[in-house]
Amino acid sequence: MNAPLPKPAGAPVPSADPRPAPIIAFDGVSKVFPARGGSAEVVAVDSIDLVVPEGAIVGVIGRSGAGKSTLIRLVNGLEQATSGRVQVNGTEIGALDERGLRQMRRSIGMIFQHFNLLSSRTAFDNIALPLEIAGYSRSAIAGIVAPLLDMVGLADKRDRYPSELSGGQKQRVGIARALATKPKVLLSDEATSALDPETTGQILSLLKQINSELNLTILFITHEMSVVKKLADQVAVMERGRIVEQGATSELFSSPRHDTTRKFVGSVTSAEVPDWLLARLSQDYRIGKKAVLRITFTGGAAEYPVLSHIARAYGVDVNILHGQIETIADRPFGTLIISVASGPDHLAPIIEQLTAGRNHVEHLGYVA
Amino acid sequence: MSPEIMQLIAWSTLDTLTMVALSGAFGTLLGLPLGIFLATSRAGELFPTPAANRILGLVVNATRSTPFIILVVAIVPLTRLIVGTSIGTRAAVVPLTIAATPFIARVVEAAIREVDQGLVEAARAFGASPLQIVQKVLLPEALPAVTLALTLTLVSLLGYSAMVGAVGGGGLGDLGIRYGYQRFMPDVMAVVVIVLIVLVQGVQTLGEWIARRFDKRSRKA
Repeated sequence: MNAPLPKPAGAPVPSADPRPAPIIAFDGVSKVFPARGGSAEVVAVDSIDLVVPEGAIVGVIGRSGAGKSTLIRLVNGLEQATSGRVQVNGTEIGALDERGLRQMRRSIGMIFQHFNLLSSRTAFDNIALPLEIAGYSRSAIAGIVAPLLDMVGLADKRDRYPSELSGGQKQRVGIARALATKPKVLLSDEATSALDPETTGQILSLLKQINSELNLTILFITHEMSVVKKLADQVAVMERGRIVEQGATSELFSSPRHDTTRKFVGSVTSAEVPDWLLARLSQDYRIGKKAVLRITFTGGAAEYPVLSHIARAYGVDVNILHGQIETIADRPFGTLIISVASGPDHLAPIIEQLTAGRNHVEHLGYVA
Repeated sequence: MSPEIMQLIAWSTLDTLTMVALSGAFGTLLGLPLGIFLATSRAGELFPTPAANRILGLVVNATRSTPFIILVVAIVPLTRLIVGTSIGTRAAVVPLTIAATPFIARVVEAAIREVDQGLVEAARAFGASPLQIVQKVLLPEALPAVTLALTLTLVSLLGYSAMVGAVGGGGLGDLGIRYGYQRFMPDVMAVVVIVLIVLVQGVQTLGEWIARRFDKRSRKA
């Protein structure tokens, strides 16, 4: 064996790219379903640019009919783009022939809302299916499937048929099956939408664990913001075939810009002003009224004791009216609605203080 | 009943079973692939050849709408070509097979169309070829329904086989007509009917039992 050559001194060290290489890249991708029979032409995906870095978990959220199912199927060529380019690991999907596409699909796992397990096969044989398709020998298959069953916690269910498994167990089989050919990418098509909240939590934890242990890139679609909150590093919000907003999950939660995003965010953070407060809120100030502020904390700022700080610095009473603190993308994130015993004259420096850092502060009005 | 008649009934039963078994087997051999093709060859399906699908569909429908007794007479030349004669139990297998094939094709097609398209999509996502999808997904998943469909076919063939007596095919139907009806032997007729009932019951029960063994869907956790 040759010893590895020592690196010559002074050789240029490749500069570390701060952003990891994209493993999935959409470049101006559109998908149009032609008019058929009585139905008009449908633009399911409309000029989409989206990049999924290697090792990341990226979520696409949208209502049903937004085009997210079509979008995720463009990645493994279950749908072909009408225009634009979809690249996976540097290979353009649209340029592959049938055989090349089948080969490519073995490096892209997929899990489904309704699990799509064969009812005629046991858990073991379902996981073995992609390996049989790829032509692995019986003994090689056994060596791969057993550890996968262990990993998803179903070693004792290997000879059970899907009808004997719970929804969560079925999705675990689905996940193990998707991982059988050691893919680089996992596509998740509403994988938890048919599960109850507790089981959803378990499946999401499993996906996170797989992401960090195997450095597996995950692209998922969902209509539930709570799934995005628990799973995604980055989010894209889809509406009528277009991505209307995208960014880091914590950013999107703290300062949603698009209406649709705001509605999705509101669905989990309940940062909306409660009705009882709304009824008493007015924009006119009179002596004795208190200012109502909504503070949105992002990331590390939630740990800083802003409230006691302004109470001390300005000698005002601060009262918490409504609030919720969440952990999103592993960072503390929260919304507080407070009242401050202060008139309009002194409000500006207080708001400035509260804004210090990365908080977002809105003055909602006054209450008696 | 005389021992001769008893023996005649036994031979006729054997003839009927032979005709049904052979035409069932040949019909499956031809009808199964035809049914798979019909279920997978429309536009956008695994083997998209819509023109072939339409033509075969027409042929299947035409064969199925031809009354069996007319079919038997109409294909006498073909029968003679294949088995060398147009008379007798062996000759009867030809029209029975031709009647069974489109029937089997349609019931197999229906069984395969019942398979969840999500499974086909999953298999495609794992890189399966169209043939692998048929072999590893569609057929195993449709097997319980296909078994029941074949059971139905065998029962129908038992009925059809009674008609081939008209062209000199043997079997229970022939016996019933010649002895029970034409020679006024109601006891022979009664025995023939009872044996047919027993055969139909037997085939149906066996078919359902096999289908249940294949069916893993209804087991409870």
